[in-house]
Amino acid sequence: MLSPKRLILQVLNYTVFMVLVWYFSFSPPYVRLTPEQSMITLAVSHAGKPVQECRRKSPEELAKLPPNMRVLEECPRERSPVKIEVLLDDEAVIDQHVNPPGLYKDQGVDIYHSVKVPIGEHRLEVRMNDNVREDGPTHHYLQSVSLDPAELLVIQFNSAANQFVIR
Amino acid sequence: MKSVNPIKRGYLALEEWFNISFGPEWNPLYHLGTLTFFFFWVVLVSGIYLFIYFDTSVSGAYNSVEYLTHEQWYLGGVMRSLHRYASDAAVATIILHMFREFALDRYRGFRWFSWMTGVPTLWFVITLGITGYWLVWDELGLYVAVLSSQLMDALPIVAGSMASNFLEGQLTDRFFTLMGFLHLLGQPVILIFALWIHVKRLSHVEVSAPRGLAIGSFIALLALSFIWPAVSHEPANLHKVPAVLNLDWFYLNIYPALDYLTAGQTWILTLGVTTLLMIMPWLPPKKTGAAAEVHLDECNGCGQCAVDCPFDAISVRTRTDGARWEYEVVVDDNLCAACGICVGSCHSSNPFRSSKKALETGIDMPQFPIDQVRSQTKAALDALQGESKIIVFGCDHSFDVSELKEANVATLSFLCTGMMPPTLVEYALKNGADGVFLTGCRNGDCYFRYGNVWLDKRFYEGRKPVLRERVDRSRITIFRAAVTDSKKIRRELAAFTDRISELKRVADDAGMKEAENA
Ligand code: HEM
Ligand code: SF4
Ligand code: SF4
Repeated sequence: MLSPKRLILQVLNYTVFMVLVWYFSFSPPYVRLTPEQSMITLAVSHAGKPVQECRRKSPEELAKLPPNMRVLEECPRERSPVKIEVLLDDEAVIDQHVNPPGLYKDQGVDIYHSVKVPIGEHRLEVRMNDNVREDGPTHHYLQSVSLDPAELLVIQFNSAANQFVIR
Repeated sequence: MKSVNPIKRGYLALEEWFNISFGPEWNPLYHLGTLTFFFFWVVLVSGIYLFIYFDTSVSGAYNSVEYLTHEQWYLGGVMRSLHRYASDAAVATIILHMFREFALDRYRGFRWFSWMTGVPTLWFVITLGITGYWLVWDELGLYVAVLSSQLMDALPIVAGSMASNFLEGQLTDRFFTLMGFLHLLGQPVILIFALWIHVKRLSHVEVSAPRGLAIGSFIALLALSFIWPAVSHEPANLHKVPAVLNLDWFYLNIYPALDYLTAGQTWILTLGVTTLLMIMPWLPPKKTGAAAEVHLDECNGCGQCAVDCPFDAISVRTRTDGARWEYEVVVDDNLCAACGICVGSCHSSNPFRSSKKALETGIDMPQFPIDQVRSQTKAALDALQGESKIIVFGCDHSFDVSELKEANVATLSFLCTGMMPPTLVEYALKNGADGVFLTGCRNGDCYFRYGNVWLDKRFYEGRKPVLRERVDRSRITIFRAAVTDSKKIRRELAAFTDRISELKRVADDAGMKEAENA
């Protein structure tokens, strides 16, 4: 059934197939970062400030409500969008403007964004605005950083401490 | 001459090359589905071995794989390599399988269902591989984890950010165990279910590759595993970005896109390609011929047509017309591929029956009824002239037999050669043909899956309805040819004609001697 000619041809065919399988199983290598690059990841989970301040209800208003619903303040549910800018040596590398999700725009936003940046010494600046009632950044962070090849610099926001955390 | 597009021409040339190397029985291109199943078996067995040693915790996973790869290279390492390369080979054969169905235009018309259900199957395989890479928890695993999470985060279904889990310390064993569960059980079960659906409209589905092909492929996989064992990247380090990745392009090809597109755009791209693939059977659509029709007057409910139908379109049920038979058959028009194979299965499709009136059979094709088959055969034979009269029977999906017409050569093309009742050969030989030349799709490659297989079995292996013992086999030949095999088939037909002339000469000589003696 298996003549010498066929045997040789089959060995040849199997070899070609397996070399292709092997090759594409590892190659060509994907160079995600060159030796001159590192990465900054901005990962922030944060709820913006309410779009309006809470309002104290007047005594007349309160009187109209049933006794079990007489809450003193009325607070709007809608929150401000969160705007974050990451600047490296005064050049914006990340610029995110995220509206709050949810039907009533009342939920926190999740931002996850990575950029490739050159290695070396840099001036890192992070600006955030989480309140539509204020112009300009509500939070600000400035630091000089030194990035090694393939290093990952993570920018997070600690909501409890109300400040940025850089790692 | 039938025009053949370059893709099909190229594919047929490749197929021919494999026929030379492997023969039709082992031709891998005729067994891409079963070959994929074979690779799945290798993946399953090697996977079970790996699972025994695998540590499903974030801290232990990498080292357990390293242990297998290096300390136990002679067995564990080989198992790992087999697991990886067989998975890769499976994707390669799936893609070839797809390409074949495409190149041969076997994805439209009645085949829409197999094609459309094949597409998600491919995704299930790919995602199964993705979780596999995740589990190694090396730099590549981390890369896959982070980017997959970014993709998941772009979907509105997951609340919170999954990708942030991979920013130091937030990765739990629970999550990792979930991945393990998906890879080891969840995804394989889904895949098996999807494959069951994929072949649901077919009957006589083969799931095991021919032994020779399985052995050859296994030896080749084993050799590859010893020569270039699969190894890991550096262990996952959450503070570092994996810079250079030896990507497995069979499985991880989508991830580099995320360096150029947002997660949302990547989804749109992927889903767009998937949708396009899924609607391909209608771009443009292909009409399937009229479905087979049952004529209960001629049907005794033997069920042979139901057994032979390659597309599971015929079912047997209790008799409804009060005839003395127990059963009858019904055709599901939606499943019928209009191949006519059932006509060849039915013992009532016998041209020697009711010669004075129209021939009726138990199951017939409205577009080419058996009565027309008989009358066209008769007319073609009556018109033949010359010394050796030959009739060529072929089909509409392979070499166009009408090109072979000569004064001494008549031709008739069926929807599929499986449609030809064996008695028609006998009929032709009795009605003026000196020889019958049968062709049709290449062996192992019937357009309607089983037409040429059943024909061979009816002629030579006693499958019903049989070609009777007393029919002179030396006056019949079968030579199968694709549309592009013009030269070969002409050569073969010429040789057959010579052989028939020779047979006739010998027979005439013998006849003369007898006459002299008398
Ligand atoms: C997971 C991988 C797959 C496996 C194991 C597989 C296996 C099979 C098998 C065993 C058959 C029956 C072949 C026969 O007996 O004639 C088949 C038919 C078919 N497959 Fe797949 N398949 C896979 C994926 C795909 C994909 C991705 C596509 C295309 C998108 C596809 C398209 C088809 C078509 C069109 C047929 C019908 C063939 C016919 O009617 O003759 N398959 N497949
Ligand atoms: S024509 Fe073909 S697909 Fe239709 S019922 Fe007959 S054998 Fe089945
Ligand atoms: S093969 Fe003919 S006789 Fe038998 S069940 Fe089918 S149609 Fe009826």
